[in-house]
Amino acid sequence: MEKILTKNVGKPNSQDIEVYLGGGGYKALEKALGMKPKDVIAEVKKSKLVGRGGAAFPTGLKWEFTRRESAEPKFIACNADEGEPGTFKDRVILLNDPHLLLEALIIGGYAIGASKGFIYIRGEYYREIETVEKAVEQARTKGYLGDNILGSGFSFDVQLYKGAGAYVCGEETALLESMEGNRGCPDCRPPFPAESGFLGKPTAVNNVETLCNIPAIMINGGEWYSRIGSPDSPGPKLYCLSGHVNKPGVYELPMGITLRELIENHGEGVKGEFKAALPGGVSSCLLANLDVKLDYKSVARAGSMLGSGAVIVINEDTSIIDVAKNTMEFFARESCGKCSVCREGTRRAREILTRFANGGGKAKELDLMLELGEVMYDTACCGLGQAAMNTTASAIRLFREEFEQKVRK
Amino acid sequence: MNVSVWKTKVDEVLKRSGKSKETLLPCLEVIQEACGYIPQEAITYLRENLDVPSIDIYGVITFYGMLTTKEQGKYVIRICDSLPCYLNKSDGVLGVIEKELGIEAGETSADRQFTLEVVPCLGLCDKAPAMMINDKIYGNLTEQSVKKIIAELNC
Ligand SMILES: Cc1cc2nc3c(=O)[nH]c(=O)nc-3n(C[C@H](O)[C@H](O)[C@H](O)COP(=O)(O)O)c2cc1C
Ligand code: SF4
Ligand code: FES
Repeated sequence: MEKILTKNVGKPNSQDIEVYLGGGGYKALEKALGMKPKDVIAEVKKSKLVGRGGAAFPTGLKWEFTRRESAEPKFIACNADEGEPGTFKDRVILLNDPHLLLEALIIGGYAIGASKGFIYIRGEYYREIETVEKAVEQARTKGYLGDNILGSGFSFDVQLYKGAGAYVCGEETALLESMEGNRGCPDCRPPFPAESGFLGKPTAVNNVETLCNIPAIMINGGEWYSRIGSPDSPGPKLYCLSGHVNKPGVYELPMGITLRELIENHGEGVKGEFKAALPGGVSSCLLANLDVKLDYKSVARAGSMLGSGAVIVINEDTSIIDVAKNTMEFFARESCGKCSVCREGTRRAREILTRFANGGGKAKELDLMLELGEVMYDTACCGLGQAAMNTTASAIRLFREEFEQKVRK
Repeated sequence: MNVSVWKTKVDEVLKRSGKSKETLLPCLEVIQEACGYIPQEAITYLRENLDVPSIDIYGVITFYGMLTTKEQGKYVIRICDSLPCYLNKSDGVLGVIEKELGIEAGETSADRQFTLEVVPCLGLCDKAPAMMINDKIYGNLTEQSVKKIIAELNC
């Protein structure tokens, strides 16, 4: 497959605007500025692009909702907080091809009618922040940012925000709270950011990888894009392969390759014997079947979620209880504490799993944890609490006997 | 603490981004970067300049892992314990670091050379187990390699 998202990765000085322009960069912006904003959105809708940040919401629709709002000004915010354990794909773009992201963000701003964009990058990404800062300066100097871009009458500028070490700030409403100078606690929805976002104004929040599909869609058309990969959720995907594999890394592949193909053809096989994998980081459910296609619909049908595409492979030598406990330590620490069901639920689950890990579990606690997972899914305010029990619940469902062996006799 | 270290930085941010609450996090970040922690005088200064109550400023500081009111070591070691690193034996590496430094996760050494923190995924899972020391990345850690890294910082 011809690379779309990582086509410039590996070129010398790929982060420099001259190199980007040499490869046809900012041509998509030129083309988009010659179209009506609503036609830009129509093209994105035709592409069937869905968000790559986790929730898989159709990008064209999100832009249309934001555009339709009457309140002004409008904003577009790029989510570069990349925090889901096992996810390290956005960093590849930020570091190697920041102009691809900027071009996409400007097109997005034009489409929804925003004159200001933000990029919220996690604070630990020092080099990425520096690279994007430089790219913004270069784009300003060349007139791709600022007033009356390319003589189109459209003005747009970009501001960077740095995160300061909080996973939950990747959740879009928490991200906006954080930008507003508040604690990064998620808000209840509705209203969605498209209606009431940054400073209460309509805001489109898009993931880095999602946005980086836009220039190719502008150049080649939505129709072309919709034929790549899986018909249900088309396009290329940056799969982040980690855990017990021989060659971990970020692989750009057409959506819908199987877990087996990813691990064997690209990851050079499992280190040890395959036991299970998490297709969408620690917020997803374990898969024990290697023939699942890694597109949004197929993974959902298999009972899990593709999320950000963080594929974590686990081998036979690993205790599934230790895996569940590790994920729960993460959620208990990262829960913002706003909803009691998430704050207390993650802590109690961590305690129970610690007891199981030490051979002191109670039999009835297994069903209790499954029930807790359902309650959290139904009642937690944001995706963190809703998904926190996924790995644990799937571990109990798939490997119940392992837990039963750890029940106190 | 030499006040001018953080004050000029904060004034730059205020000048660039304006005196509003949206500037709070960027201000705290430059203070943290300049001093290695956020001193009380800086909080007072922000309260006066941004018109945000101290309690809200503390609220923000305590929310974020990279902000702190406690003085930190010259080297802040952030070692990841999320699943991909855990599967690649990050706990063994953490144990060695704790032993070498004589402190536990969350502590700062008495000579203020090192602060050790266990953090969630750093986006370095292809180099698991991984850590950062200040802004530098260290990956594919082993119990041997981490000993060497610390020895080099210690001299
Ligand atoms: C706890 C939590 C953390 C999240 N972290 C991220 C993140 O780091 N990056 C990201 O793009 N989306 C993250 N999301 C998803 C965002 O809320 C949001 O759906 C996404 O940024 C929208 O962009 P997209 O439509 O392009 O995917 C997170 C969601 C939750 C619930
Ligand atoms: S579900 Fe958890 S992380 Fe999300 S808002 Fe509630 S307490 Fe905070
Ligand atoms: S899990 Fe350790 S860096 Fe991602």
